[in-house]
Amino acid sequence: MPIERVLAMASAQVEAESKFEHHIHVCVASGCLSSGSDRVLQALRDEVKGRGLENKVLVKGVGCLGLCAAAPLIAVFPEGTYYQAVKPEDAPEIIDSLGKAPIERLHCPTDRPFFQKQNKIVLENSGYIDPLRIEEYVARGGYQALIEVLTEMSPNAVIEQITLSGLRGRGGGGYPTGLKWTTVAKSPGTLKYIICNADEGDPGAFMDRSVLESDPHRVLEGMAIAAYAVGATRGYVYCRAEYPVAIDRLDKAIKQAKKTGLLGPNVLSTPFSFDVEVRLGAGAFVCGEETALIASIEGKQGRPRHRPPYPAESGLFGYPTLINNVETFANIAPIIRNGGAWFAEIGTRGSHGTKVFALAGKVQYTGLIEVPMGTTLHEIVYEMGGGIPDNRPCKAIQTGGPSGGCIPARFIDLPVDYESLREKGSMMGSGGMIVMDDTSDMVDVARFFMEFCVGESCGKCVPCRVGTAQMNDLLTKIIDGKATKHDIVHLEELCELLRDTSLCGLGQSAPNPVVSTLTHFRQEYLDRLVETDEEAAS
Amino acid sequence: MSPKVRIKTLKIDGRDIGAREDETILQVARENGIQIPTLCHLDGLEPIGACRLCMVEVRGSSRLLPACVTRVEEGMEVTTKSPRLIRHRRMILELLFAERNHVCSVCVVNGKCELQSLAVALGMTQVRTPYRFPRFELDASHPRFVNDHNRCVLCARCVRVCDEIEGAHTWDIMGRGVNGRVITDLNEPWGESNSCTGCGKCVHVCPTGALSEKGTLREDAGKQRDFLPYLTLMREVRR
Repeated sequence: MPIERVLAMASAQVEAESKFEHHIHVCVASGCLSSGSDRVLQALRDEVKGRGLENKVLVKGVGCLGLCAAAPLIAVFPEGTYYQAVKPEDAPEIIDSLGKAPIERLHCPTDRPFFQKQNKIVLENSGYIDPLRIEEYVARGGYQALIEVLTEMSPNAVIEQITLSGLRGRGGGGYPTGLKWTTVAKSPGTLKYIICNADEGDPGAFMDRSVLESDPHRVLEGMAIAAYAVGATRGYVYCRAEYPVAIDRLDKAIKQAKKTGLLGPNVLSTPFSFDVEVRLGAGAFVCGEETALIASIEGKQGRPRHRPPYPAESGLFGYPTLINNVETFANIAPIIRNGGAWFAEIGTRGSHGTKVFALAGKVQYTGLIEVPMGTTLHEIVYEMGGGIPDNRPCKAIQTGGPSGGCIPARFIDLPVDYESLREKGSMMGSGGMIVMDDTSDMVDVARFFMEFCVGESCGKCVPCRVGTAQMNDLLTKIIDGKATKHDIVHLEELCELLRDTSLCGLGQSAPNPVVSTLTHFRQEYLDRLVETDEEAAS
Repeated sequence: MSPKVRIKTLKIDGRDIGAREDETILQVARENGIQIPTLCHLDGLEPIGACRLCMVEVRGSSRLLPACVTRVEEGMEVTTKSPRLIRHRRMILELLFAERNHVCSVCVVNGKCELQSLAVALGMTQVRTPYRFPRFELDASHPRFVNDHNRCVLCARCVRVCDEIEGAHTWDIMGRGVNGRVITDLNEPWGESNSCTGCGKCVHVCPTGALSEKGTLREDAGKQRDFLPYLTLMREVRR
């Protein structure tokens, strides 16, 4: 029986791991890889082999350890010691120190708020398991939720738990996941699709990449549970081609899952069948928008279309389709394992659970963090992030990428949840968080995001296609010190036009960085204006 | 028509109107003599809701909705003219005029151009937006037709008529955003296109002077579109 085989795989893995006295985890996610962690991994393996310690010391590559600022990172267990900025030459010293006091020179203290304040649900396996081995995922309780769902729960009971959990879409919109699942489940038809949106494109955001690189099976398990709940039989992961490491690991994970009988026809010998394929994006940001994404999978130009009909009713190839983001799917298995009520208790009233943020910009400790909803910006920037380098004052925090806005530092005590961020003119977005200090020029920030939108607008609808280009020109004019007060009026009119009339979310939210900086940092715009002819004459 | 189609009643600009449930706001409005400006829409082609000129207000919805792709609903209250809508429509036209090189006085369809007529109808008296003056070439490689990108508004009517009606799919749009432009085949000169049948439908559905017939000017350059509703109707009858 496949279920017994999976359980046997888990216990065999636990037993195999327990034979080692020391475990060395080397981060091999993209951040650390770019700092040479693959060479560190090799050096450590060679050192262990050279000393004949293969049966005592386990060296393995794992997913993201979080503190990207200190890459490459490694973790030594059972002590739980973290070492930062490790070089291949440090390998002998690290092996020497096993079981002894940590090496001061490389030590990365984990009693910092950066590590202590995190609440890892999505990232629970990140940094612990080798993403290339299904055995390690299973050994940490992976696929148990799928087994439970397939053997003990009805599709409706699954949706009930997701609804109870209060989980909301982690891609940015914050649409209630349970409601979305219900709609797809109720749509008539025997052929339905599941799509995992991994087209993460916000500048500075890398949460989804990290999840896929660190724990790809978690996403597949979430998709399979969703498929069972809504009655789908086929799934696609739409991942941007700029994530080669994530794609490779995902591909391998799908192969392993199929081989183990966790994907494919008659999953775990039940009547439920589910197959997953990976589709690559071709570098268009707008393909993160669901209708454009669907068009792209269908082999058409990645351009959005008018909704309704919503994908839940008529999506991929015209069939009912459930689209959720990577992080949303990553939350599913823990919710099923622990129950929806458990999840609902984490976070705030309107926003439950945790959120993964890619903390970047002017903070001491940049990296990947997972915090309960409702954590304040102050906690994230000053406690977890360690504050601004050189003790400079914080000026603003940008969330939501090109669709979000800049929250001025005076709202630093704002709790991070969907409603609070929206109230201040920004949005949750997919989880990019860029901290800016007093050297940041807010008009320039607005232009940066507008330039991004000009390049990424698909060009289908007029307001977004021409409007973003005109706004970008106006912002450049302001920065060059050639604009008058009339240009500000024109800029604001364009903001309203794009918000009101653009076809998809990209155009509708493209003015947000401009609107939020105009609201909170208007003086910076006004300081750059020149007098109009009439003003000069009077 | 399926016998199951239901009838909905709604209000457009305060008028009580009855409509089939599969009709769009635009269709119903036009049937009742209520004018809503459109540019990318053309009867007989799949609507795409791209030009955003037909945006209307619907009571109870904070968003504006494109009339050409929004179906009627029972009890809907639609407003087709309001200060906000008029402001937005004018601004969209301004953006279009400023996007490429629309110089009416030297255009083959001067006086017969939909963009020009819209500007007159909507009272767009000036373009406040700075002109972008992009540099585009002219493709006159086809023996009978000319493609002048300078006049193109990217409404994709040519793309749709060639795909949906002629079935050749010679036209497509290449590139993104303001850099997008219509192309024939795989960005080859129109005259060298293997798929083009030379039927000229694209020329006649083009709202501006972007696609025109060689040797025509002004009065002769008028576009004949009667074939479209006719073809659509005949196809429906056959079905």
